[in-house]
Amino acid sequence: MDNKTPAVTMRNITKRFDGKVVANDKVWLNIYRGEILALLGENGSGKTTLMNMLSGIYFPDEGEIAIDGKEVVIRSPKDAFALGIGMIHQHFKLVDVLTAAENIVLGLPGKLDLKAASEKIRAICSAYGFEVDPNQKIYNMSVSQKQTVEIVKVLYRGADILILDEPTAVLTPQETDKLFAVLRNMRNDGKAIVIITHKMHEVEALSDRVAVLRHGQFIGDMPTKTTNAQEMTNMMVGHPVVLNIDRPEPKNPKPRIEVKGLTVRDIEGTLKLDDVSFTANSGEILGVAGISGCGQKELLEAIAGLQPVEKGSICYIEDDGTREELIGKDPLSIQNMGVSLSFVPEDRLGMGLVGNMDLSDNMMLRSFRRGHSLFTDRKTPHQLAETVVRDLEVNTPGVSTPVRRLSGGNVQKVLVGREIASAPRVLLTAYAVRGLDINSSYTIYDLINRQKSEGVAVIYVGEDLDVLLELADRILVLCGGKVSGIVPGRGAKKRDVGLMMTKLGGGQTNE
Amino acid sequence: MNNKTREPLFHIAKRAALPWYRTWAIRGGALVLALIVCALITTLVTGENPLQVYVAIFKGSFGTSRKVWVLLQNVAMLLCVSLAVTPAFRMRCWNLGGEGQALIGGLAAAACMILLPGKLPNWAVIVCMTVSSILAGAVWAGIPALFKARWNTNETLFTLMMNYVATQLVAYYCVVWESPKGSGNIGIINPNTQIGWFPQIGSYKYLLNILIVAAVCVAMYIYLNFSKHGYEIAVVGESERTARYVGIKVDRVIIRTMLLSGAVCGLAGLLLVGSTNHTLTPTIVDGRGFTAVMVSWLAKFNPVWMILTSFLLVFLSRGAGEIATRFSLNQSFGDILTGVILFFIIGSEFFINYRIIFRRPAGKED
Repeated sequence: MDNKTPAVTMRNITKRFDGKVVANDKVWLNIYRGEILALLGENGSGKTTLMNMLSGIYFPDEGEIAIDGKEVVIRSPKDAFALGIGMIHQHFKLVDVLTAAENIVLGLPGKLDLKAASEKIRAICSAYGFEVDPNQKIYNMSVSQKQTVEIVKVLYRGADILILDEPTAVLTPQETDKLFAVLRNMRNDGKAIVIITHKMHEVEALSDRVAVLRHGQFIGDMPTKTTNAQEMTNMMVGHPVVLNIDRPEPKNPKPRIEVKGLTVRDIEGTLKLDDVSFTANSGEILGVAGISGCGQKELLEAIAGLQPVEKGSICYIEDDGTREELIGKDPLSIQNMGVSLSFVPEDRLGMGLVGNMDLSDNMMLRSFRRGHSLFTDRKTPHQLAETVVRDLEVNTPGVSTPVRRLSGGNVQKVLVGREIASAPRVLLTAYAVRGLDINSSYTIYDLINRQKSEGVAVIYVGEDLDVLLELADRILVLCGGKVSGIVPGRGAKKRDVGLMMTKLGGGQTNE
Repeated sequence: MNNKTREPLFHIAKRAALPWYRTWAIRGGALVLALIVCALITTLVTGENPLQVYVAIFKGSFGTSRKVWVLLQNVAMLLCVSLAVTPAFRMRCWNLGGEGQALIGGLAAAACMILLPGKLPNWAVIVCMTVSSILAGAVWAGIPALFKARWNTNETLFTLMMNYVATQLVAYYCVVWESPKGSGNIGIINPNTQIGWFPQIGSYKYLLNILIVAAVCVAMYIYLNFSKHGYEIAVVGESERTARYVGIKVDRVIIRTMLLSGAVCGLAGLLLVGSTNHTLTPTIVDGRGFTAVMVSWLAKFNPVWMILTSFLLVFLSRGAGEIATRFSLNQSFGDILTGVILFFIIGSEFFINYRIIFRRPAGKED
């Protein structure tokens, strides 16, 4: 492999932000044609920054880039395209009301000939095994179809060096398999492919070579065949880590939240939850699996009193058997009823916290109403902030730093720390470890397990099936807003749960 | 490698937070630059000595003790309207209706002064003026707030439109209450009995206004920064979803804050009619409802900084007026200078938040 000329050589690349944060520090990287390179690293290790410099979004402070041995300067995404470099970002950049073909030719020079474009798109699709209808509108597409359009768009523009930023984050296991098959076809066609990821099993399943970044530095690269998950994790983290998640047996589980026939429509009138029924027990983690946008958000927000409900009931059951209906109550009246319910929402800075406020003021969000004084008590939240920083090892310059300045993992620690500080009886979490590095993820799993052992009913909405299967006592699978099934977490098969996510009941006879 | 021809000339990067002395150094630098540019423009366009022009600007505000009092009174009134719009701004609710809310407050005060004498004693007239003008201002802001909270209408346009309604109403009543007949003006109200005129402290005509606005300023600072309401306003402003998530009733906070905003505007109208001018005209607020937007923004919605920014704006506009008469230039030339200075001051915020990294000269690597 090494005697070939690399398609891309990045030499000594350094990029700083804010003058001092070094996102990339003298990174060397070779990308070859006919090879899938997995760029592996924790969040904040500089993977995306590095690739953004290749695709013209950032300009390196130092270092050189060469394409096919020739030195180049990439000033803009346009320059990158001219060099055959295309990047598929995590957030799709498509116009919803246009068709696939229209999106693909959008912004290209020359006469608009949609018919010819559609032909070319079909040719690309059949060459690599994509399934795209050029005339389908984007808003009618699933996430995976949109991603396909993004990939075809890049290929249509003649890219032969493709970069995919965490492409599987939004896909089901089945869709992931499909994507991987297509990527392999493209590799066999001689294209250079980079996937940015932090998921070990994807690296093992797909890539030919793996390059590891840590804290912006290049740690090493090697053929995937010669390494294993443990070694790669150690390289990523910098020290050995144990990759098992604890799952203690539930102690004395009793029904705590009983949901019956819950039906929810969004503002446009689309059915988001359809006749959902389940029970969440105390001292137990109920995992919720599903493709993103299948009603997970609405489910949690309905329980938290943030989502208007069309019909159904959500009962909170006290230890002594008293039942309280939560539907029709807002978060304040739920709190006033004495129901101690904590919610770690998906959108941490947009919902759970206020990004521009400091740690103490964010702690105050839950407690500022206490007392009869007209004025806020700043001392208690300040102390709570200091306790959270100390106990959860939040990495921050101080409690008066705005939380938006913290890294994703630390933001989440602040949020979870505040939510469990009120000694909840019910804990709702949505994608609690999304975007977190391995160490922070395990801290969060530990915190959740500790809550469970204290008798809290935990509802854990997750996207990583491997984690759900290791952490949850029972798994509720949602599919298109309906309950596809509830399976015990111990002994559940990833494949079965994956099938249930795409098809009600997993395609077997319904229960 | 030949770096020279390839790397872009410069790129822009976001700065980390700067220490306070550096941000003020940048702002000060901007002011100095602005004065130099103004001097150049003055010399090139009018041939006057720029130093004399600057002296004139300064004298426009500080030339005589009367000018100082007028300056302070103008600062106080501008500050009052700015303080009024600030709670709404902190909530990211763009109340551009300060003009109309103050005007309608003034109308209510004038109505009391004209209609009540003979029926009530002087002190009761003043109480009625105070209550009615504050209520009128609050209602004028409350209507757009209600529509925003209920039907999510755009408060910027709505409050803006309400200004025109207020102006037309005042114009109408100026004719209804005209004195003398046929003049189309109200003239000084109760010139002989002085009913409804606010008491004067000693021989200082404007001192009462200044003291009242100072008190409002302190109260607003405390309200916004230390009260539970102030905290709710900040949370709603940053993120309505976060506010709902912690059980803050967003609709209620929007309406309550806009009512407060309008009430303080009404107070400004009351002071203008009852204490300063003793009359009512459709232009009595003199664009302060709009200038207040700039005062509030420049001070980053901090009531204490707003003392400084409102002073700056009044100082500049009085200076502009002074050079217009002194050098027989027209008023527009003063406005040009004011514009240049504001351009630099607002532009300096860019350099506080961003820095420009120039291409490193070839051969110099660190």
